[in-house]
Amino acid sequence: MSGAGVRAALRMGGALLLVVGLPAVLVTVWWFASAGSTSFYEPPLHRIVSTFGRVWTPERLRTDVLPSVLRLLGGYALAGAAGVGCGVLLGSYRTARAVAEPVLELFRAVPPPVLVPVIMLFAGIGDTMKVVVIAFGCFWPVLLNTVEGVRAVDQVADETARCYGVRGGRRLLRLVLPSAGPQIMAGLRQALSIGIILMVISEMFAASSGIGFTVVEFQRSFAIPEMWTGILVLGLLGVVLSLLFRLVEQRVLGWYHGLRGARREGGGGHA
Amino acid sequence: MLEIRHLRKVYEGTGRSVEAIRDIDFTLAQGELVCLVGPSGCGKTTLLKCVAGLLRPSAGSVLLDGSPVTGPRPGLAIVFQEYGRSLYPWLRVGDNVELPLRHRKGLSRTERRTRAAEALATVGLAEAGRAYPWELSGGMQQRVAIARALAYRPEVLLMDEPFAAVDAQTRADLEDLVRRLWTERGMTVLFVTHDIDEAVYLGERVLVLSRSPTVVLEQIEVGLPVRRDQLTTRADPEFTRLRTRVLERIRGTVPDAAARDQ
Ligand SMILES: Nc1ncnc2c1ncn2[C@@H]1O[C@H](COP(=O)(O)OP(=O)(O)OP(=O)(O)O)[C@@H](O)[C@H]1O
Ligand SMILES: [Mg+2]
Repeated sequence: MSGAGVRAALRMGGALLLVVGLPAVLVTVWWFASAGSTSFYEPPLHRIVSTFGRVWTPERLRTDVLPSVLRLLGGYALAGAAGVGCGVLLGSYRTARAVAEPVLELFRAVPPPVLVPVIMLFAGIGDTMKVVVIAFGCFWPVLLNTVEGVRAVDQVADETARCYGVRGGRRLLRLVLPSAGPQIMAGLRQALSIGIILMVISEMFAASSGIGFTVVEFQRSFAIPEMWTGILVLGLLGVVLSLLFRLVEQRVLGWYHGLRGARREGGGGHA
Repeated sequence: MLEIRHLRKVYEGTGRSVEAIRDIDFTLAQGELVCLVGPSGCGKTTLLKCVAGLLRPSAGSVLLDGSPVTGPRPGLAIVFQEYGRSLYPWLRVGDNVELPLRHRKGLSRTERRTRAAEALATVGLAEAGRAYPWELSGGMQQRVAIARALAYRPEVLLMDEPFAAVDAQTRADLEDLVRRLWTERGMTVLFVTHDIDEAVYLGERVLVLSRSPTVVLEQIEVGLPVRRDQLTTRADPEFTRLRTRVLERIRGTVPDAAARDQ
């Protein structure tokens, strides 16, 4: 293996340790610290874990986890498409930016959860309301990052496209979107965490299914270990989604990570 | 034929305007290779961008085969000074070279591939098509940029200090490549450099530009043989005479051309 290969392997090993290390420590601490707990509200972790399998049956995964995830993905996809679309528009045209700026600042300042009651008035209490809430919250980070990314397209890269007659849709596909890609992905990453939060919040207001709904139900019926398992499910969902996101990002931005690696190792690489 | 007619370019900034070019006027015959030399910041890049239709001149005009250039047009390619920024890091080398060919009507995918591969082979990078630009050295990247221009098969090729950032040996090789391609393909080439030796070695004619605000100081015909060679040409007394002439003109130790000729 080459020196770079060994270094990469070490880096990956180190990264894995970093990723797994702290959670392992925290879980261990929780496990032993709570082992002798007699508090009704803070049951020992081993009781929560043993309750887990009983509560989160395949049936409940289908009736509660799946709807939550689908609503999240729906809202997220909507926000992603709208955010990138509007971002490209606003990033490309100064006039569009000038017109939209004040309105955007206003909307951006509104915390999405307070819109839940408002959106309920228009969209009812069904799936639409939840998807809209999630989409609204996820939209802003995607939009703002896309605008920045599009505005930062390199001038020489742009002149190259113009000189060689690369215009319109092809320019968008080959120059603007890839160039703004790292920023867009950063926006999508922020949006994902916001989306999970809003998924839960929207289900706490008015719902008949979903992880957030389940947690609230357990809490109201004083099924405390069960409630804690719901929180574990949310945590696990977050981890899985963020891992999936990483995988996609590695694929989409492979060139970017390579480029940054090449820059770190000292400019031009090998002759 | 490429005509630059009393070109003037003033950059209008907020509260500040820079007169990059005062008055440049010259003509390139079809299939000619002309070198432009001038000090850094004298507006060489600005001039090329005006010729390519990427910038609007403040006054004067550029005519290509008699018709005014108002925007980028097919048949004209540029090799940019900042090759690192001109190649797209998200595209592999082969895709970078193919990019300008993608919207050429009547060019099939296979033909496109072949053209790109040929162009890369011409610059000695036949194996690099699958690599990313940032995996290559600076000199190799510059050759990719040249290959991209070649695959486009331009009638007019503009090159902006393309070899400023490569080592002497690579530079010599690339100079010979430009000469060879020019003799083989009969393109019109406008080659910008601030290296006097390079200008004399490459050009059939050398245009000397003044400091900013820029005008053409002098046009010098290069009477060297068409077949040039790094060793013999550079040792030619004519070569030495020409480079001294250009150097003097740039340093301002020669009286004004018009005054002397009288
Ligand atoms: N976009 C711009 N806005 C304002 N001024 C500019 C702009 N581009 C160039 N200039 C100015 O115009 C002048 C000529 O610049 P230009 O890049 O054409 O010079 P150059 O001859 O190519 O220099 P070099 O040899 O260093 O590449 C400089 O004074 C520069 O500061
Ligand atoms: Mg320049």
